[in-house]
Amino acid sequence: MTLAAVDWGFILIQTVETSLGLEAAVYALAAVGLNVHFGYAGLLNFGQVGFVAMGAYGMGLSVTLWSLNPFLALLVGMGFATVFALILGVPTLRLRGDYLAIVTIAAAEIVRLLARSTTLGEITRGAEGLHAFIGPFRELNPFDPGSEYGIGPIQFAGNQFFAIVVGWALTAVALAVIWQLMRSPWGRVVKAIREDEDAARALGKNAYWYKLQALILGGVIGGLAGMVQALGKATIQPDSFVPAYTFFFWTVLILGGVGRIWSPVVGAMIFWAMLTFFQGTLTAMVNEGLIPTALMDTSQVSQIRFMLVGVGLALLMVFRPQGIFGSREEMILDVR
Amino acid sequence: MLGEGSRLRFATGILLIAGLMLLMAVPVIGQSSETVGTRLRHQNEEGERVPVEGVIISVTTIDRSEVGIGATDSEGVFSVPVPGPDVYLVTIDVNTLPEGIRLREPDRTTVEVEVLESRDGRAIFSLISGDAEPTEESGGVSARRVAQLTTEGIKLGLFLGMAAIGLSLVFGTTGLVNFAHGEMVTWGMLSAYFFNYFGLAGIFGFMAGWWPPLGEGVNLIFAAILAVIVGGATGFLMDRWVFRPLRTRGVSLIAQMVVTIGLSILARYVFLFIFGGNLRFFRDYSAQSALQIWIIEITPKDLITVILSVLILIGVGFFLQRTQTGKAMRAVADNRELAESSGINVQRVIRIVWIGAGALAGLGGVFIGLAEQLSWLIGFRMLLLIFAGVVLGGLGTAYGALLGCLLVGIGIQLSTLFIPVELKNIGALVVLALVLVVRPQGILGRRERFG
Repeated sequence: MTLAAVDWGFILIQTVETSLGLEAAVYALAAVGLNVHFGYAGLLNFGQVGFVAMGAYGMGLSVTLWSLNPFLALLVGMGFATVFALILGVPTLRLRGDYLAIVTIAAAEIVRLLARSTTLGEITRGAEGLHAFIGPFRELNPFDPGSEYGIGPIQFAGNQFFAIVVGWALTAVALAVIWQLMRSPWGRVVKAIREDEDAARALGKNAYWYKLQALILGGVIGGLAGMVQALGKATIQPDSFVPAYTFFFWTVLILGGVGRIWSPVVGAMIFWAMLTFFQGTLTAMVNEGLIPTALMDTSQVSQIRFMLVGVGLALLMVFRPQGIFGSREEMILDVR
Repeated sequence: MLGEGSRLRFATGILLIAGLMLLMAVPVIGQSSETVGTRLRHQNEEGERVPVEGVIISVTTIDRSEVGIGATDSEGVFSVPVPGPDVYLVTIDVNTLPEGIRLREPDRTTVEVEVLESRDGRAIFSLISGDAEPTEESGGVSARRVAQLTTEGIKLGLFLGMAAIGLSLVFGTTGLVNFAHGEMVTWGMLSAYFFNYFGLAGIFGFMAGWWPPLGEGVNLIFAAILAVIVGGATGFLMDRWVFRPLRTRGVSLIAQMVVTIGLSILARYVFLFIFGGNLRFFRDYSAQSALQIWIIEITPKDLITVILSVLILIGVGFFLQRTQTGKAMRAVADNRELAESSGINVQRVIRIVWIGAGALAGLGGVFIGLAEQLSWLIGFRMLLLIFAGVVLGGLGTAYGALLGCLLVGIGIQLSTLFIPVELKNIGALVVLALVLVVRPQGILGRRERFG
């Protein structure tokens, strides 16, 4: 009945595992996309989870519906995210920023509701989701599904390890692309639009078109996050794309520092380390009887997790909008 | 960005809100293994709710493989254990219903039930007296069906509008889009539920779970009044503890918007923690037989809430149009600097807007809960429809918000003539996107330079 009875070693191993594992890779990628939107272009995307879902479903459906090979499926997933970006961006990017926020949060929820509807049940398999897509991807796996990979106590099963490697590799590629883009004239125009759209337009830049390109780029990267998640979990379920996850990505981004190349990666690792450690500790305390079951049971621990992210996001935004390592000068929030 | 004093006040504000919510966070009813089922009750002529026995109910998974089938017992209850959290379909065999009892919505014989971990799934079938209708009206367009759906639409639109006016006025006076407004709707609904079941002790509601002597419930009418007061107080505290400190220190609107998002996620999951994932009903007036007015069927509770909302909205209009404070509100929404320089106390106006927004959202929540079921997520769903209505009518205008919401409500209900019911809300959100292409300032909005 004491804290000493808690298996701290186990919790610590889990903490390290999630901060290096699939969750962190998926969140890092999604936040890299969000960083393009908010950090560089100043776009208020409150529906990143919609892009993630579009990527995942695009990839899954290309295998289950059209029997495409895995590489084409990847392209189709990116295509889905692009189309979603066009649908969102074309009507709203000429308007003030809060319209984009309202439309994206609604659109992400539409994607989830459509995917779980019985009307599209034949295609998307409703709330049960897609499972059958995983076969062709597993064939590409160079790692042995039967054995474990890792260092010391940190071990991942073969299939999981494959998804993690793919996830971090895609993150690296995305970071390299963005790093180069942001040093290019294109990146300078996008950042100029974020700072002062009127000034950029006065210099003859088509702000609308640049913002649309940024929305597509960040959305496609978000779509990749969905594909990595599908690969790792071997399932695509509509309810793993609830609106609250968009704000997990926001928390990751702000934690790392908005508008910096490495911030999503650092943010995702810290975010998952904190969340897993907290969840592990709380679950252990419930199991050890340190928290009476009248107050909460272990299934409610994940609800506490959401609450914590909510409070954390609000407090971070006010007290440390530049994140853990960022500098306040680079933090531009007054985009409108 | 923030000075020491208001920084402290903001932090204590957020933590106090979190703390207050967690204090209440004692699950009312604890369950450990999941079942799916239903409880059939029917209101007889004396207004008592009597269980309906011997009705065949079947439970299947979403791909229609059977989980269990059986008849309701003497309590009107049927439930089967299910393998785990998932979505299940519960189907009622209408041919086994006793004579003189039928489903209010004859098309809804199958209900989708979501089972969360450690939460039972309960399907809700609303039963009313009267012999089975001839099925000519199911599907297809008939004058009668159009009239019925329009009525339902006006009802939904009024409830949405009641919540939307607050959202729109807060936006008009402060420029802030409050993404936590949906949770203020849920908050009103849930506090009415707790007052309804546990009386005044409902304010620490949840303790009544452990300590029954704490309270007897009060009638829903009083519970609703208390919920409106709680809603107004919450609006006041949101302004006093959270947004006023942020405003006075010049925190950007975008940062404030993200703060509202944080608050909404916090509140939503606190509600889930306290209330659980099940759908529930108020204790009073939950099952009523419909009245027949001309060709329209409407339950007495719906009729009364519709009339009440019309009266309240007229009152709000009168307040905005005629009173000193109402005029000041419109002035601030119109041009804040000008209003301030002509001697209007802007902070006071904003405070009153927040109080009114909270109270109206709370009342809207009670009405929505009475017309449908209570759930922890309803506010967020409503928020998306409210956004559609507010943008359609013109962001920042009180009357535009109302008009937009009425159109959205009627549009949603009438769209079921042509599209499946489960897709009806999606239609409204698609309209939202189309409005932004054609007329971004909305129907009643002023044209301004965008982008």
